Amino acid sequence: MIVTPATTGSVSGPPSSWDYVVDRGFRGAAQVSVWLLLLLLASILWAIGGKAMAGIRDYGLAFLTSTTWDVGRQQFGVLPQIWGTLYSSLLALAIGGFFGVAMAIFLTQDFLPPRLSHVFRTIVELLAAIPSVVYGLWGLFVVVPTMRPVAEFLFTYLGFIPFFGSTLSGPGLAPAALVLAIMVLPTVAAVSQDALRLVPYKVKEAAYGMGTTRWEAILKVMLPAASTGIFGALVLGFGRALGETMALAMLIGNSNQISLSLFSPANTLAALLALNFPEAGPREVQILMYAALVLLAITLIVNVLGSLIMARSARRAGAR
Amino acid sequence: MTRSVTTLVAAALAIVISGVPASAQDSVRLTGSGATFPFPLYSAWFKAFSGKAKTITVDYQGKGSGAGIQDFVNRTVDFAGSDAAMTDEQIAKVPGGVQLLPMTGGEIVISYNLPGNPKSLKLPRDVYPAIFLGKITKWSDPKLKAANPGVTLPDLDITVVRRADSSGTTFVFTSHLAAVSEEWSKGPGAGTTVNWPKSDKFVASPKNDGVTATIKQTPGAIGYVEFAFAKFGKLEMALIQNRAGQYAAPGGEGGQAALASVKLPADLRAWAPDPEGAKAYPIVSYTWMLFYRENKDPKKAAALRQMVEYCLNDGQKTSAAMGYIPLPETVVAAVRKAAASIQ
Repeated sequence: MIVTPATTGSVSGPPSSWDYVVDRGFRGAAQVSVWLLLLLLASILWAIGGKAMAGIRDYGLAFLTSTTWDVGRQQFGVLPQIWGTLYSSLLALAIGGFFGVAMAIFLTQDFLPPRLSHVFRTIVELLAAIPSVVYGLWGLFVVVPTMRPVAEFLFTYLGFIPFFGSTLSGPGLAPAALVLAIMVLPTVAAVSQDALRLVPYKVKEAAYGMGTTRWEAILKVMLPAASTGIFGALVLGFGRALGETMALAMLIGNSNQISLSLFSPANTLAALLALNFPEAGPREVQILMYAALVLLAITLIVNVLGSLIMARSARRAGAR
Repeated sequence: MTRSVTTLVAAALAIVISGVPASAQDSVRLTGSGATFPFPLYSAWFKAFSGKAKTITVDYQGKGSGAGIQDFVNRTVDFAGSDAAMTDEQIAKVPGGVQLLPMTGGEIVISYNLPGNPKSLKLPRDVYPAIFLGKITKWSDPKLKAANPGVTLPDLDITVVRRADSSGTTFVFTSHLAAVSEEWSKGPGAGTTVNWPKSDKFVASPKNDGVTATIKQTPGAIGYVEFAFAKFGKLEMALIQNRAGQYAAPGGEGGQAALASVKLPADLRAWAPDPEGAKAYPIVSYTWMLFYRENKDPKKAAALRQMVEYCLNDGQKTSAAMGYIPLPETVVAAVRKAAASIQ
């Protein structure tokens, strides 16, 4: 809290009762916001869980391992969706993460004059402002036709590798993952940049002083020093990829099958939810709520795992 | 900042306050929600109707048939639109009774994307169910070649494009397939979403526009969309063999011939999964408006009847140009009679 010196007369004077009130009030407000946030989360979980209860009771864990989604015969299973969600998000994170971190290094490690790097930074952040549907359309009209001959080539000559086991007919996993990678890129790049900026300049100067080359300084000193933040960026990006809906619904093909091939159509939990809610009957709504709970659980597990790994690496770095 | 917010709130309040007495005294506001398929037509109708009948305004929200029925049962709207009418179970939830009125009809077309854009591909009755079952997988299949002499069919994989979201379109299309093919009715069956064959060559896109775009972008694709989307999206449409063995094109008299062949029962709820008649285009359906038989406000009931009358008279004249099927004369008469029960 900034309190103007005018109210207390002197900077070094004892806090007035007004200062106490403001201080306490601020603390109270902060506490209330935190509790409200927790309450909000709990109420969302309560609402979804309550509606999903009947579905959980009837389908149990078999819901997670069966592969059929047949509303007419009341058979529901989300294994293909779980597979597609994780597969597409991991691919997107691998591509988007690599380019995002590379971009962050390029923009923070004095490769560019500051003004130019600021322009680049803004451009990357602009990517985050493009609506999901536009990404979806771009994917459908640009990425898929561009990728089709490449997929054809890979299938013809390297078809024995399971990843290239089919041709790309239209929508499929590879274009979806590529577009998703571009969508997580701004998140990863922006947060990694902040992490790299937070490393004191002295550290790099010390590294140079010890006679490292630029690359050694970046790869062996700067990156490890910023690793916690960069890891956080990757977890955030992964979370974004897991929940992304519209672009994926348009690009992934929404086919309930499990295939290693990059060019096969697949499905994701978020797309399943978005596409089936509007016309769902009361029974289907329970099942969809169950699927939403599964998606929430996956996101939670990813975040917890991320924090655990970060905590562990921080401890190891401390011990060293 | 604060001042501008206050101004906004004040302005909003002023609008609300000034709006309420006006609509309560001399004008009637009707709200409806539901099916998206007839939405373009309905909004054109309601705009023209509101302009003509100065004291009545009609708002219709295209949310989807399922959501429309839900709103209707919860009594949050004055009427609803649905491609799947209403089930007996749903009707039982409305005290006072429901009047279903078919308002227009639509055709679902099988569109395709082939190199060289061959026009009017002919699809026999044993071929297209097999394509959507994943049994016929190449465009050069002998059965397709036999039905289309003179058309060069490439040795290309068939990519089936289907709806990813649950929809009335899928319901009508799969009902037709189930009526035509025993294998289909035993396999995927009919429904707003069905369990499609699992294959790398079956992809799904959201909504009619998504399917249209995917077909346009994928060489060798085949899929089903509503006629208007294929027409305005400039997709090629296949001729489909009807029950009488004739090949019928969408967008002509075939749709009305098909609807006319269906005998409407007293509750005006009927489907035509496989219509008879030599001219009939085989994949058609009505779409309905749902009304309460007992409206609390007699003024509203009168306005609703007036609206129905407009749709039956002036409305039917504009539907063909927008890609819908005008109701056959006999049906118009039946609907007009039934509309009297909206009280």
